[in-house]
Amino acid sequence: MKRLPLQGRTVALVAVIVPLLALFIYVALRSGPLAPVSVTVASVETRPITPALFGIGTVQTRYTYRIGPTFAGRVKRLDVHVGDRVKAGQVLGEMDPVDLDQRIRAQGAALKRAEATLREAAARQTFARSQARRYEQLFAVRSISEELATTKHQELQIADAALSGAQEELIRTRSDGEALIAQRNNLRLVAPVDGLVAVRDVDPGTTIVAGQPVVEVIAPESLWINARFDQISASGLAAGLPARIVLRSHNGQTLTGRVLRVEPMADAVTEETLAKVAFDSRPEPLPPIGELAEVTIALPTLPTAPVIPNAAVRREAGQVGVWKIVDGDARFTPVKLGAGDLDGQVQVLEGVRDGEQVVVYSEKALTARSRIDIVDDIPGASR
Amino acid sequence: MISLAGRDILHAWGKFVFTGIGLGLLIGVTLTMAGVYRGMVDDGRALLDNSGADLWVVQKDTLGPYAESSSVNDDVYRSLLAMPGIAQAVNVTYLTMQVRRGDSDVRAMVVGIAPGELGTPGWPPYLVAGRQITRGHYEAVADIASGFRVGDRLTIRRNHYVVVGLTRRMVSSSGDPMVFIPLKDAQEAQFLKDNDAIWQSRRRTGANPAFNRPGVPDLLDAVIASQSTNAFVNAVLVTIKPGHAPDEVARSVGRWKRLTAYTRLQMEDILVGKLIATSARQIGMFLVILAVVSAAIVAFIIYTLTMDKIREIAVLKLIGTRNRTIAAMIMQQALALGLIGFVVGKITATFAAPLFPKYVLLVPFDSIAGFFAVLAICVLASVIAIRMALRVDPAEAIGG
Repeated sequence: MKRLPLQGRTVALVAVIVPLLALFIYVALRSGPLAPVSVTVASVETRPITPALFGIGTVQTRYTYRIGPTFAGRVKRLDVHVGDRVKAGQVLGEMDPVDLDQRIRAQGAALKRAEATLREAAARQTFARSQARRYEQLFAVRSISEELATTKHQELQIADAALSGAQEELIRTRSDGEALIAQRNNLRLVAPVDGLVAVRDVDPGTTIVAGQPVVEVIAPESLWINARFDQISASGLAAGLPARIVLRSHNGQTLTGRVLRVEPMADAVTEETLAKVAFDSRPEPLPPIGELAEVTIALPTLPTAPVIPNAAVRREAGQVGVWKIVDGDARFTPVKLGAGDLDGQVQVLEGVRDGEQVVVYSEKALTARSRIDIVDDIPGASR
Repeated sequence: MISLAGRDILHAWGKFVFTGIGLGLLIGVTLTMAGVYRGMVDDGRALLDNSGADLWVVQKDTLGPYAESSSVNDDVYRSLLAMPGIAQAVNVTYLTMQVRRGDSDVRAMVVGIAPGELGTPGWPPYLVAGRQITRGHYEAVADIASGFRVGDRLTIRRNHYVVVGLTRRMVSSSGDPMVFIPLKDAQEAQFLKDNDAIWQSRRRTGANPAFNRPGVPDLLDAVIASQSTNAFVNAVLVTIKPGHAPDEVARSVGRWKRLTAYTRLQMEDILVGKLIATSARQIGMFLVILAVVSAAIVAFIIYTLTMDKIREIAVLKLIGTRNRTIAAMIMQQALALGLIGFVVGKITATFAAPLFPKYVLLVPFDSIAGFFAVLAICVLASVIAIRMALRVDPAEAIGG
């Protein structure tokens, strides 16, 4: 009877101490360096993948017509505003002719004077010819001196020269007039094509330098995207490949297009390859020029090869490889990677075979001594 | 021979165990504090480990990119690649900022990682969910501590990013979770101001007669275009070919490229020795105080436990128990108390560690050192108690 309370105490003490020790051992084994690392694994699958390229670009037009005068002057009037549709040949505005109209009028008067001069020269020449003929006949019968006949002949030659001079003067004056009219016409700003006024840089009354654009007209059907792809992931980019385009203003809405051409000149500073991507059908309403667009180019599907998720690829001591599951342990195996797609699948050319298990996610970095615990999801990583 | 200590413990086991647990909580706090200190240092190391670099090439005479701001031209890596001994040279940017998701925002270190094949330095070395970045723009891999999940849409400056992968223990030296985004986006994010600022800057440039010249109408556009590009990165991560010494390569980079290169050791020195030095010392100081206080409390507890039994000890002496037996009893009790305390402390520290907002790293070495420290303190405390016990007059057993 006397020993029982003591035993009861012993039992109680053991009941406290043993779980405490068990917990301690659990803690020692489950945390710190002795703890196994939770990992998830995936099987290597042999299947084809469809790589794709991703780039961004801005909406641009293939043809932009910057319309401006060919010499310095002041804008007299401008009939169109941004957003107006214009027809080929339509007069958009006009430069101030300054004194050009007066010069054209003066040139008209000069032309008339030249015509009068021509008529005068013609009259003189007609008279000189008849005189010359008459004196020639008189000289034939020896009723005048040879000198007089020669003088009359010379007068005819002078009248001929004066006539042709007057004719040329008339041509010159007429051409001068035409030149002024051409210049006058050149002051008109004319749309070269059917299009849309995109920019109106200046307003009437502004003085501008030669070649400075007054309005910009774009051809809306020539809309395309000037897309940029990082050179490191631009292999396979070629004309004719289908493209999916997402405009920044239409997130979630995908438009289709096609690579029109890959630019022969790449951007050396930003290390990007440039390509033009045309829309399959003109988007309505027209996206603003300069809007940001995301372009995904689908490349041809590659032949089947072992494929792993890209999260499985690690770098150990300068080597790219994967942690392969061998007899329940993770073993690092260097691999040679091929192409990958945008969904994170990557081909393995060397290093793993179909059906082998590789570590995809791990709770912490794996080392050769890590014990692993294969789980479905890393704790805390899923919702 | 019966164990005097065991009998005595059994006699008042409740008091003994609860004293041990109380002591354990105190030891647990001390261990956790050591863990906080270690975690702080480890945050700095994790930053270096995750970058996967052997050398950090930064702006000349700066302690960049973590401890000081540094900017180098983003084409410097090309000339670095041409230097002997350099295997890889990869641009990287770091920017600590608020990353928005919906209405909330999270303080994060945005890391711009250069495009390249998988396993390029600077990339997150491992993931816990999702996948690595495959697109050159608008994708992000976030640290799980940021609270983001795969599929979330983040806003960094004016661009939206989709979280495609999650990683773990990718933190800046101050413990902020990292968000990895493609380098070009990061360069833009680092430079990009809000739209109002851009408009204002354009207006300012336009108001400058030197740039807005009537005779040269395109000049203003050219100037504005040149103002809105960012061809800089914060550092170049370099890996070294086998057979080359990092120090040597760092020296030659510094000599020929007029940049500063840090090796792993130097970088650790900068991070641990300079960046987190004061806050680590602060925690370290607190740890020392806590350890001293814990030691004092352990000593007091053992001393008072012994003093409680002074009458019983006197009886033992009276009946002729040898001093050695009494000393062994006290010491065994002290050690048992320390053992329970340590076990409880270790358990509480381990379970409390994940609850802390910042990383708490419990190093086995700390636990072992703590264990021996606890035992040593117990032994020392019991020595004082033993001296008191042996000096007790047996007459006290029957006296007052």
